[in-house]
Amino acid sequence: MFEVMSGRYTFPKYNLVLFFFLQLGLQSVKGVWPLPQSFTISSERYPLNPQAFYFAYGKQSAAQEGCSVLDEAFKRYFSLIFPDYISGRFYSEAIFILLYTLCLSTGLETFSQLVYQEDFGSYFVNKTEIEDFPRFQFRGILLDTSRHYLPVRAILKTLDAMAFSKFNVFHWHIVDDPSFPYQSRTFPDLSAKGAFHPMTHIYTQSDVRRVISYARMRGIRVLPEFDSPGHTQSWGKGQSDLLTPCYRGSTPSGTFGPVNPALPSTYKFMATLFKEVSSVFPDSYIHLGGDEVNFSCWKSNPDVRAFMQKMGFGTDFTKLEAYYMENIVNITTALNKTSIVWQDVFDYHERIPKDTVLHIWKGDPASYEAELSRITKAGYRVLLAAPWYINHISYGQDWRNYYTVQPLNFSGTEEQKKLVIGGEVCMWGEYVDATNLTPRLWPRASAAAERLWSDEKQTSNVDKAFPRLQDFRCKLLRRGIQAEPLFVGHCKHEYQGV
Amino acid sequence: LLLPVFQASKYSSLWPLPQKVQISEISFKLSGTSFKIVDAKESSAGSSCSILQSAYRRYYEYMFGSAKKQWGGKNRRADLTELHVWITSPDSECDAYPGVTSDESCESNYASCLETFSQLVYEDEYGAKNINSSKISDFPRFAHRGVLLDSSRHFLPIKVILANLETMAMNKINVFHWHIVDDQSFPYLSRTFPQLSQQGAYHPYTHVYTPADVKMVIEFARLRGIRVIPEFDTPGHTQSWGKGETDLLTPCFSGSKPSGTFGPVNPILNTTYDFMTQFFKEVSTVFPDTYVHLGGDEVDFTCWKSNPDIQKFMEQQQFGEDYSKLESFYIQRLLDIVSTTQKGYLIWQEVFDNGVKLKADTLIHVWKGNQQQYQNEMANVTASGYQTLLSTPWYLNRISYGQDWQGFYKADPQDFKGTDEQKKLVIGGEACLWGEYVDATNLTPRLWPRASAVAERLWSASNVTDIDDAFNRLSLHRCRMVERGIPAEPLFSSYCPHEYKGV
Repeated sequence: MFEVMSGRYTFPKYNLVLFFFLQLGLQSVKGVWPLPQSFTISSERYPLNPQAFYFAYGKQSAAQEGCSVLDEAFKRYFSLIFPDYISGRFYSEAIFILLYTLCLSTGLETFSQLVYQEDFGSYFVNKTEIEDFPRFQFRGILLDTSRHYLPVRAILKTLDAMAFSKFNVFHWHIVDDPSFPYQSRTFPDLSAKGAFHPMTHIYTQSDVRRVISYARMRGIRVLPEFDSPGHTQSWGKGQSDLLTPCYRGSTPSGTFGPVNPALPSTYKFMATLFKEVSSVFPDSYIHLGGDEVNFSCWKSNPDVRAFMQKMGFGTDFTKLEAYYMENIVNITTALNKTSIVWQDVFDYHERIPKDTVLHIWKGDPASYEAELSRITKAGYRVLLAAPWYINHISYGQDWRNYYTVQPLNFSGTEEQKKLVIGGEVCMWGEYVDATNLTPRLWPRASAAAERLWSDEKQTSNVDKAFPRLQDFRCKLLRRGIQAEPLFVGHCKHEYQGV
Repeated sequence: LLLPVFQASKYSSLWPLPQKVQISEISFKLSGTSFKIVDAKESSAGSSCSILQSAYRRYYEYMFGSAKKQWGGKNRRADLTELHVWITSPDSECDAYPGVTSDESCESNYASCLETFSQLVYEDEYGAKNINSSKISDFPRFAHRGVLLDSSRHFLPIKVILANLETMAMNKINVFHWHIVDDQSFPYLSRTFPQLSQQGAYHPYTHVYTPADVKMVIEFARLRGIRVIPEFDTPGHTQSWGKGETDLLTPCFSGSKPSGTFGPVNPILNTTYDFMTQFFKEVSTVFPDTYVHLGGDEVDFTCWKSNPDIQKFMEQQQFGEDYSKLESFYIQRLLDIVSTTQKGYLIWQEVFDNGVKLKADTLIHVWKGNQQQYQNEMANVTASGYQTLLSTPWYLNRISYGQDWQGFYKADPQDFKGTDEQKKLVIGGEACLWGEYVDATNLTPRLWPRASAVAERLWSASNVTDIDDAFNRLSLHRCRMVERGIPAEPLFSSYCPHEYKGV
């Protein structure tokens, strides 16, 4: 079976067991999000003293002192747990808390959500027993840095907030029609000519490395998307001959269309570019796009038409698109990467390797449920994004719509349902940049986070989820995430910025 | 897919568009080290005028603040070194508060002139500041150009209120309509009735506006030519008032017993009117504007209907079953109380719709209905001789996907069937940002630049309707707000040379 691998760091199926002292008793859960699979909290509570608290490795722990990711996480979570405490020294005599966890970041995250402050500022944690694991392996957020450039700081802030909701994949839709901010080492003209500004609106190699390592520290994979053959207007600025020249009658019109699939130079370029991308981005998966290809420019170009004849495609341009995508997937397969593509690629009957993942983004529930059936029936793994296009804002509590999605509600066998490896919240950038990204993403994305992590039966009541999500939102504020309100109300510590 | 493509406008990045503007090709260089904004010799105002002096400093910062590197100032020759500000009005109004009759033409109002001047300054490809020789004559189409903020559904820390007042000034908005209390919370710390916020605020210390806070807002606004009109909405929208003032609200009944819940303000008790007299006396001293907004919207009659004492009162007054008569009875007495404090008042349209007797200078605030309905309302209100404000098409809290600023830009408050006399009674409008889903985390990007569309509609000439030109100018204006530290959200796929530095 397939294993979802995170770059070089292989985690078998997430399994997370947090042990406190065993005591049973029920209490209302305040601000724990997403809801753990099994969660019992007693009313007995223990004070925590920030001056004496410390994290330690258990004797049986596979990781010990010196594990940089863990040490970094302990430091980070200490400040998150004790937000009022200005660092001092910590000593022994701490309350002994046993934390068995295979996935440290989610375990620490859950623990940190259980600590709360009383009115006088003292910290407490209640006796709790938790058993937790995610329902889906792939829980992603898509950011679009082409429609608007996002400063690195905004990306890093988003990664922080993602960790708080246990998202584990950052899908970086890094380039598209409007701009090409990725500074390529092999083809520097791509960003020099294609970015909004070649100096200020680019991601240097060190910016990219920074994002990847920041994400890794938080247990988040970085999945890059270089979408083609459509959505490539900005590529043509720095790579002439890459895009198809459109024709008006028998003369070029001056505009350009999708990538030119009829030239060998195209594939040479793509092979070189993806070779670089494969080494820059360590994740073993890569997103190749393949959506919304407009055929009219190809149709208008006589060389492309001639190529169609030569290949025996007749006038069926879906065959030309298929030919192009298959070549690209072959390139990335040869580079040892598994491909993720938008559903259009499947819809056009393209021949793709069996381990390709299809990304469903179109339509209302009836449409995407039908697509889920079709794709899983054909034996491919799928990711669901269609119900979570949270760039589509509307007035009111729309988080409820994201919460009540049922990803496995489609007709299919148990085997088929297993092929749904997860889902993604998409924040397309047409109307979004650093001025409004964070409040627009949070806490609405957190609603989807719970749908992707928690047990559906335990989390089917929106009204019950509401107060817990409200508390979680106040927690996000406390942690410096500018999450917007769900409805009327207040938090003890309001956002003090502008 | 028609993507709006940004192109340079011949009006550069001016927003709102001045009444008359001519920009020539002749450019002058400006240098931060040598530029000064000073009072003209002939000006009726001088260095003792605090409003002016603080405005000079503010605009200097806007224009030259980003030019952090001063390249050995002595050697750089600037073409333009001084801006002379000449206040022509005899009463320099330096220490006065702005009012509805303030003359805001560029000839005499420093604030709008300085803003326009600062908008003409641009950076050339060397990063040097330039300005083209221009001839501008400007004045607003409407005198009342407002923004409503709601600090009851969510508490708004002072900082975000001040930042938005700053932004209003950049857009020539001149009224801050402070919907300060409502059902959900009562953050206004009253000197006469401190228990109102003690019991009614979300938190009696952290979620209140002290008298000092309120003074700060008023003064900050004054220095920017912005009036602060408070709204204390009654008899509905008052749940939070009853927490600190028992007996103020009507106890609802379930059959013959009180149900434990409360309804609108109780209109039949003398104590109600004693309270209102004292309360509005305080309000009239705390808020210096000559107008106060009294609300009067969405009064739910069910609680009144259930209360036996009220039923008896209805009989005595011979109101029958018509509870709007009871509402009128309350409003009438409230208006009389407020009149004795020498304030004019604004009220939501329901009060007019329900036939209450109003003073001639009452401002009626239209907020309901679809386009047809609000246009009819504007016609009716002005036909009855009242002045009116429009807000209906400008409920900015109602977000939707896409470039909704265009809809706000197209709405026109004088677009209804009426005589010229009637149209003159439209004194302006307000963009409303109700707070059910809004607090400091998302207020500023939600308000700007969408409210800028309303700002131009209320300032510029009625024939300024070219939406493509507006897109070009507004895109630059938006980047300018971002440069000045305001997280105004984008209109569409684009970039600003200096992106927002906050996170």
